[in-house]
Amino acid sequence: MSEADFTTNEMMTVAAARMLGDGTVCFVGIGLPSQAANLARLTHAPEVVLIYESGPIGAKPDILPLSIGDGILAQSADTVVPTHEIFRYWLQGGHIDVGFLGAAQIDRFANINTTVIGSYHRPKVRLPGAGGAPEIADQAGEVFVIMHQGRRSFVDKIDFLTTAGYLDGGDAREKLGIKGKGPTRVITDLCILAPEPGSKELVVTSIHPGVTREKIRAATGWDLRFANEVIETAQPTQTELSTLRAFLARTARAHGDDR
Amino acid sequence: MAEFCSLRDAVAAHVHDGDTVTLEGFTHLIPFGAGHELIRQRLRDLTLIRMTPDLIFDQLIGMGCAAKVVFAWGGNPGVGSLHRLRDAVENHWPQPLEIEEHSHAGMANAFVAGASNLPFAVLRGYKANDLAKFNDRIRTVTCPFTGEELAAVPAIRPDVGIIHAQRADRQGNVLIHGIVGLQKEAVLGAERSIVTVEEIVDRLDPPANSCVLPHWVVDAVAVVPGGAHPSYALGYYERDNPFYIAWDAIAKDREVFTRWVERHVLGTTDFSEFRASIDGAGAGEAGP
Repeated sequence: MSEADFTTNEMMTVAAARMLGDGTVCFVGIGLPSQAANLARLTHAPEVVLIYESGPIGAKPDILPLSIGDGILAQSADTVVPTHEIFRYWLQGGHIDVGFLGAAQIDRFANINTTVIGSYHRPKVRLPGAGGAPEIADQAGEVFVIMHQGRRSFVDKIDFLTTAGYLDGGDAREKLGIKGKGPTRVITDLCILAPEPGSKELVVTSIHPGVTREKIRAATGWDLRFANEVIETAQPTQTELSTLRAFLARTARAHGDDR
Repeated sequence: MAEFCSLRDAVAAHVHDGDTVTLEGFTHLIPFGAGHELIRQRLRDLTLIRMTPDLIFDQLIGMGCAAKVVFAWGGNPGVGSLHRLRDAVENHWPQPLEIEEHSHAGMANAFVAGASNLPFAVLRGYKANDLAKFNDRIRTVTCPFTGEELAAVPAIRPDVGIIHAQRADRQGNVLIHGIVGLQKEAVLGAERSIVTVEEIVDRLDPPANSCVLPHWVVDAVAVVPGGAHPSYALGYYERDNPFYIAWDAIAKDREVFTRWVERHVLGTTDFSEFRASIDGAGAGEAGP
């Protein structure tokens, strides 16, 4: 298969899906995280446990939910609990291995903004807000972030700290007594980044096929560094691609939408 | 004690200008029929509380019903922005809107505290982020046993709790199943409550451990078939995702939005007329 046989979006979703081990208990955000987590479930990780904040535990949707509480999540779940239970017993209770999040803006220490662009009281763009993310990032064992990479999303300074990554870097996070490890992987349409040991600054650890270092740097709002050893991300397998495409095609039909 | 009445009478009796009102339902069972009735009765200066404002608050905000919104995630799920919420926050249209912003964990705990008759909720949350800088109702409390500092948010105890449920029996006992969100807490923590239901049945026959609200904690029960549309009612109808997608273009433009509400909400007398007005085709036309 040639590199032209898959899109950068498909590469991003596949690379993110591979991060989830079989049997992992994953708190899933809507959109790209949900797409990747379900691809994992439909390929290498059939026993992954997907928890959505509206209440479903062990959801196995055969189409991608548009919202965080679509009927398909409840109907396919092992159990459905009240929403407060999700946050109190299951997340705060310490039962989540991985929190899988998206983001509008991220900085070099993997701090996330999903609240406002510009000032809080006179925002240029009012974004949706925190949702479940702050406590997911705080209390899940670790966090994966999946998002498109560009100068408007990978910024030198976020306008609002919605969800803590490594704050100012180093041991700032641990010093505050935050137990979860924080964002251990950021998966984009260009590459995979991880916090550098010690400084906790995001560095590129894996580059997707056909992407250059220059392109990644040009899509980053800070002086991005690369790990000492950078590998090339394995391109999507035929199974990964066909599973993802069939999943998205079923979803588009079900939502009456051909996006 | 639950009184059976029309939704119009229930809103007229229990909701007043300036009230604090929650209309809960996490994606599932969002009480759109009741929200429309608030618009029809031209309620003003409401403080509206929902974890996810969704299209229902977009409509209420755009029609100038809200003075303040308490929320945690204000987007159109899977689609994008809530344009009326954004326009109110960014440009103060149609009027300034005060916002009190939380996380989902904070609000979920605050609803539980409200139902529990506690003054505030305590949680591990809001750690190392900017939310508390802009919301002085997010504070901390020290554990008297360990000295640990924990987050505290005030309990949600609204004047009115409004929810939609699948059904009630002839006494007014209410059964909710599927994703139950914070609906039970929204009713138990409120001074007054209105429940709209898909239907009235002779017997609920609830399975053990079901989410049942006894008739004696509910003030008004109104039958509003399809009352959660375009969200959904498990066992009755599915989420109308094309409506959510179509809403983006309607809400993006002030005039299109206003024409849509005037034609389909203000131009109809109740939710069944509204449903006929949009005629099942996405979100219907905005009108001339």
